[in-house]
Amino acid sequence: MKPALSLSSAVLFDHQALRDQFPALKQTIGDHPLCYLDTAATSQKPQAVIDAMTEYYQLNNANVHRAAHQLSARATQQYEAVRQQVAEFIHAQRQDEIIFTHGTTESINMVAYGLTSQIKPNDVILIDTAAHHANIVPWQELAKRTGAVIKPIPLTTNAQLDITAFDQLLALKPKVVTLCHVSNALGTLNPVNELVAKAKAVGALTLVDGAQAIAHLPVDVQLIDCDFYVFSGHKMYGPTGVGVLYGRYTELDKLTPMLTGGEMIKTVSFEQTEFGALPNRLEAGTPAIAEVIGLGAAIHFLQQLPREQILAHEQQLLRYLQQQLQQLGAIELYGIANDKHSGDKHCADGQRHNIGAVAFNLQGEHHQDVGILLDQQAVAVRCGHHCAMPLMTSLNLGGCCRASIGIYTNKQDVDQFIHALNTVKGLLL
Amino acid sequence: MLNPSTAPSPQLFSPLSDELVEAVNLIEQANNWQDKYRQIMLLGKLLPPLAPEFKQADAQVKGCESQAWLYHYTLNGRHFYLADSDARIVKGLIGLLLVACQGKTTEQIQQFDVKQYFDRLGLSGQLSPSRTNGLTALAQAIVAYTQDVGT
Repeated sequence: MKPALSLSSAVLFDHQALRDQFPALKQTIGDHPLCYLDTAATSQKPQAVIDAMTEYYQLNNANVHRAAHQLSARATQQYEAVRQQVAEFIHAQRQDEIIFTHGTTESINMVAYGLTSQIKPNDVILIDTAAHHANIVPWQELAKRTGAVIKPIPLTTNAQLDITAFDQLLALKPKVVTLCHVSNALGTLNPVNELVAKAKAVGALTLVDGAQAIAHLPVDVQLIDCDFYVFSGHKMYGPTGVGVLYGRYTELDKLTPMLTGGEMIKTVSFEQTEFGALPNRLEAGTPAIAEVIGLGAAIHFLQQLPREQILAHEQQLLRYLQQQLQQLGAIELYGIANDKHSGDKHCADGQRHNIGAVAFNLQGEHHQDVGILLDQQAVAVRCGHHCAMPLMTSLNLGGCCRASIGIYTNKQDVDQFIHALNTVKGLLL
Repeated sequence: MLNPSTAPSPQLFSPLSDELVEAVNLIEQANNWQDKYRQIMLLGKLLPPLAPEFKQADAQVKGCESQAWLYHYTLNGRHFYLADSDARIVKGLIGLLLVACQGKTTEQIQQFDVKQYFDRLGLSGQLSPSRTNGLTALAQAIVAYTQDVGT
């Protein structure tokens, strides 16, 4: 292996101080420090998030939106403040375009269910082949209910969305186009602004799954101009059990609620129920209050950081990871961006980038064997189909390993991982 | 409960070689994880492979990230298994289960303490239900076959 690349040029801030705020990363497993390269599955949580949730339970625990007492007023105020915070964070036009859900999966289900009455037999739904199952199955169910037709948007041989094929599919005048912003399995980045603009030009509704983008990239839903943008709290340093459905107000307001009851009503009688206004209309039942407050703390945590520098650090670290894997030999990498592409905001150098994750296999070896042996060395990566079986099929893969990084990942993590993988290679090859 | 539509011929279900029993001892004696897993993979290699035509979906044990197939045959009240996996370590782990259960009676298999066995081998971590190696599902499938005798 060549000498390690210096990462110092990107680290203009105190990275160790940032990493120190994540208590889970301080542990050792067996004889090794924990090497957590599974952030794309779920990120670790900073102390600030843990503290915010603890404080809520210790001091402010009450149900929101209903009681006249002070605790409930405090809880409601905190809860609604996060809605405003999320709206600002993703540049929504209004805060009632932000719906709290249990996560990305629920957000997509709510849209796919909510559109039922708007979809007719033979309407076309275009789905990104790189999509996570959560962005496939709800649409299949919608198609079953309505007689709509699902068409996958193919990928190029390099696992990037095939824009020529996409243009051809748009001639079918799809009713819905659903995309991932960043692929969960491969870390490939879609030029969503361009894709959404093309879809809108033929009158399609657009949904962008931002689960793997939100922790890494600045997101501006008005710039992307999609109708729906969804993400989870737990992949952006917040708690599990909370997610966001952003919807353009006019489209969000047309969705039929998937869940009913609780505070989503205006009036109820046994003869007839009138639903309330957004956002409550789409938030039936007691929400995950502590988790929403935790999400607010995570956003605040991110907003205090020099995000451009952090993105540069992550990008440099990811390239270092790719280089080290290539130098190790006998490694197959998937979906590494190398084609020239312009027109996307995040492709300033004219290159498509990978975001947050690298997918690979050890040549001729089963990803699960690799995962088991990495685990023996305290290296946490995901090995499998990554809930993206159609993508794996399109790549002709049974599965692969994915190493994914976050803001706390450092060069030592990458070096420990590469060292461990080299040991695995020695055992298997 | 697995219910494969086809099965390999009874002659293929046979007692395991002494070499496999010895391989379990080597795993137990291995004093570092590298040796342990090297021995597990060697044990997997000693296990007779399943012919490709029997790598069928209806013989697949669910809960494995890798693919694993399991067949069963009863002879004179004793249980015999044929199993394979496309992952080498998983195949070795399956082999460990088969060494413990091959040719045993219903009572012996139902009393087999898989947790204690893997603890003794220093592999208890591989048994956790959260693992995607499917070992827990495989152990359950091996026992489930003994509960189905005569039906």
